[in-house]
Amino acid sequence: MKQLDKSQLKDYWEGFNGGRWQDEIDVRDFIQQNLTQYNGDESFLAGPTEATTILNNQVLNLKKQERANGGVLDADTNVVATITSHGPGYLNKDLEKIVGIQTDKPFKRAFMPFGGIRMAEDALESYGFKPDPEMHKIFTEYHKTHNQGVFDVYTPDMRKARHYKIVTGLPDAYARGRIVADFPRIAIYGIDKLMADKFYDFEHTGDGEMTDDVIRLREQINDQYKALNDIKKMAAAYGYDISKPATNAQEAIQWIYFGYLAAVKTQNGAAMSVGRIDTTIDAFIERDMKRGVLTEDQAQEFIDHLVMKLRMVRFIRTEEYNSLFSGDPIWATLSLGGVGFDGRHHITKTAFRFLKTLDNMGAAPEPNITLLWSSVLPDGFKRYATEVSITSSTIQYENDDLMRTQWGTDYYGIACCVSAQPIAGGVQFFGARANLAKALLYAINGGMDEIGEVQVGPETEPISTEVIDYDEFMKKFSVQADWLADVYVNALNAIQYMHDKYYYEAAQLALKNTNLDYTFATGISGFSHAVDSISAIKYGKVHVVRDEKGVAVDFKAENPDYPRYGNNDDRADNIAKWLIKWFYGKMNTHHLYHNAKLSTSVLTITSNVVYGKNTGTTPNGRQKGEPFSPGANPAYGAEKNGALASLMSTAKIPYQYATDGISNTFGVTPNTLGHDDETRKDTLVNMVDGYMENSGMHLNINVFNKETLIDAQKHPEEYPTLTVRVSGYCVYFADLTKEQQDDVIARTFFEEM
Amino acid sequence: MKLFDNTDAPVNVLDQAAVQAQGPIKGYVHSVESFGAVDGPGIRFTVFLQGCRMRCQYCHNPDTWNIGVGDEMTAEQVLDDAQRYKAFWGETGGITCSGGESLVQIDFLLDLFTKAKARGISTCLDTSGNPFTRDEPWFSQFKKLMAVTDISLVDIKHINSAEHKKLTGFGNENILDMIQWMSANGCDMWIRHVLVPERTDYDNYLTELGDYIKTLHNIQKVEVLPYHTLGVKKYNELGIAYPLDGIEPPTPDRIHNAEKLLHTADYNGYKTWLPKK
Repeated sequence: MKQLDKSQLKDYWEGFNGGRWQDEIDVRDFIQQNLTQYNGDESFLAGPTEATTILNNQVLNLKKQERANGGVLDADTNVVATITSHGPGYLNKDLEKIVGIQTDKPFKRAFMPFGGIRMAEDALESYGFKPDPEMHKIFTEYHKTHNQGVFDVYTPDMRKARHYKIVTGLPDAYARGRIVADFPRIAIYGIDKLMADKFYDFEHTGDGEMTDDVIRLREQINDQYKALNDIKKMAAAYGYDISKPATNAQEAIQWIYFGYLAAVKTQNGAAMSVGRIDTTIDAFIERDMKRGVLTEDQAQEFIDHLVMKLRMVRFIRTEEYNSLFSGDPIWATLSLGGVGFDGRHHITKTAFRFLKTLDNMGAAPEPNITLLWSSVLPDGFKRYATEVSITSSTIQYENDDLMRTQWGTDYYGIACCVSAQPIAGGVQFFGARANLAKALLYAINGGMDEIGEVQVGPETEPISTEVIDYDEFMKKFSVQADWLADVYVNALNAIQYMHDKYYYEAAQLALKNTNLDYTFATGISGFSHAVDSISAIKYGKVHVVRDEKGVAVDFKAENPDYPRYGNNDDRADNIAKWLIKWFYGKMNTHHLYHNAKLSTSVLTITSNVVYGKNTGTTPNGRQKGEPFSPGANPAYGAEKNGALASLMSTAKIPYQYATDGISNTFGVTPNTLGHDDETRKDTLVNMVDGYMENSGMHLNINVFNKETLIDAQKHPEEYPTLTVRVSGYCVYFADLTKEQQDDVIARTFFEEM
Repeated sequence: MKLFDNTDAPVNVLDQAAVQAQGPIKGYVHSVESFGAVDGPGIRFTVFLQGCRMRCQYCHNPDTWNIGVGDEMTAEQVLDDAQRYKAFWGETGGITCSGGESLVQIDFLLDLFTKAKARGISTCLDTSGNPFTRDEPWFSQFKKLMAVTDISLVDIKHINSAEHKKLTGFGNENILDMIQWMSANGCDMWIRHVLVPERTDYDNYLTELGDYIKTLHNIQKVEVLPYHTLGVKKYNELGIAYPLDGIEPPTPDRIHNAEKLLHTADYNGYKTWLPKK
């Protein structure tokens, strides 16, 4: 390892304002020193270049072929994906300003067996590809996978909880994802400086006792160091030397993208976030423009081509996975905007340029565009963003004031769909969801699963009275929830341990600090149904209907007007607040892997359909098998006082427990927002401002008529790029399963009367 | 539910206030909507007051016709509820009273708007003008009400009085009288007109209405509201025959035509309108 002479880097940094970032890796400081705020409107933006249009048509055409081919166009069967496993691949080398794809051909999906060989094979087979038996032999006889590791240590209770789906979606068969790498580091510093810093950290880790922790960390740093070197090799294959900082905007975007490409070549994660790259890229663009070497057309073209690449990322997954997370999402979550601790907003022209891609290349679900919203963002940007929402329904809004304060940094990004994460020094261990609506039924049925009719939870005396007694129920609910928290958290301990061991995210973690703060993510599904069911039992006098085995199969509330979550009614909303804190407390009594800090979430993506399918009738009247409402949304039909009352209920859920996100998916018809475009924009701006001011955390906004969706279901060919936002991400409506389409159509739409 | 018919609905609103003289004035509220984005400027908390004497054929809220029923609420109760949504109102939003016909409960309305302004909440009245009269004490109450009303959405059902009577059960003379008074007394207004095929969608009437609006002052916006069939379900639930059975919503071409004849593009005050402090 040779020592790097810092004076070499100085030359590359000419034209930037200096600062602490020049002494230590500190992207946040680079941004603070080199931020050019933009307070105007969108009139400066450029349309697509000819090259962009040609390439984009090529991508749309590939997408069409892919759909026609049953969802997957091509897949590797005998090349194990690594950072350097494939030579360069192109759409059209002469036209692409930003290059690099996951395999050797566009839309060809990589073979990724480290998470689990069986899953990788199932995924291939479900799309008609034949797995290579040699690969099978290697990953069963010679090399263990993450999936095998986890199942080697699971307890019978964990297997049961998983089998009966009181715990669902655990990342024990796929990658946990949810890492926001600090990709701008490559552009600002070059790979060599990053390698040198990792080497320094390695030399200063564990000089004394070789404890378990020290051994693990030294091995991880070594893996990171190798990954950085591989990223350099991969870039070289495309003809770029990324050992030094980028010298212009095109290189900066390319360097950043190579980092991202390494991530998606090696991990098929539950989210492959892009992080927060807008302000860094903007600083490079501004420098080039000041130097007179870049036009707006060119700048927009670079951004368009980057986004086009993000739209092309693909993974091959099993049918079971797709039923949970439908529409081929990769959660290339791109965070834009936000505010610095000094009070300056981070809206630059480049934030506008990213939104402009939806106009230049049409609507698309990826990247998952997330606005870090604050009331102090400039009006021109707020209005442009809401315009994009109205035309394409592709944006989600998250509360920057809330997250910045909670996480103690203004340089965080959104991991996965909704969760915030400090980019330089934080990581989340993703942990799926526990089904609280089902746990509530276990309390009524003495731990008996209401669908499987076998004992799953701890055996207690079932509730046998005709009307459920609130006190008796709460006591029994606590017993079941204690058990659920125990089995859930400990299953996750096993998963995170094995993931570190067999499927470590070296490429992404190489682009973060060496010593990290970990959060231990958990989640809750069936939230609104649990809340309304508790309220029904408390206020509604719930009668139980039992089958011949004594299992509760239906409920009838004597007073059907009991308070429901979603009406800004404190009687129900206080149950919601209490439930989060209560379950968090139960989970927090346990040991958490890597001394992580517990966090939870109320977001379910599209998995609300599957969770609902596996849950019996709940006391709030939701029938067996009916989808749960998504995320933290109130139960379908529970909202009686209009959209804002519904939003206010969600906004009350305390974020300090649910730091992984409280997702609200909001559907509204254009005419409800106003009778003309300007009014519609005003309405959305005021609505998002108001929600955030009330501490609302996250808002998906869908603007369209229900009839459009019904028509799109019948004639998908006429709506190839109709996108909808579902809890935490965005999908092509045509790529959802029929069941999920029905669910999206059934979700509450706020309509004027 | 027994529904009052068109002609002999009770008019004793002031008596009702007198009965309540000992306690705070209470209003009969049909329902509230936390998110009204088409009920005046900005996002508004819309209070649907119960009771209306008109029987407009296209009414989509027939459940609000009956007078003297609904949830009894004081102004304080309504405002406490509304104020929880203040953060959503921005510079232009606030509360809107709609109905039913808000002016049927003018005493309550005056109390509500007076207290709203005292709390710094912007007020908007959505009215058909049907209860308007220059008789006392009603007229004095109305003048006081206008002093605490930031803007009014006035719905002109038909410019021709005979047609107005066919459509709603009442002529429009007192309604146009109210508008004249408001025009002369600096009251900001949006004029709205529901476009119904075979009822209001005739070029001669639309031209006449357009010319009439031109003579008015303080008009911030003119809106054509295309008739829709969302109310049909309520008629079925209430067991009332639907008067416009078989009439489809107007086509985009006819909507555009009406907008042209009413010169809607000429009224842009609403874009920069702000409530009085």
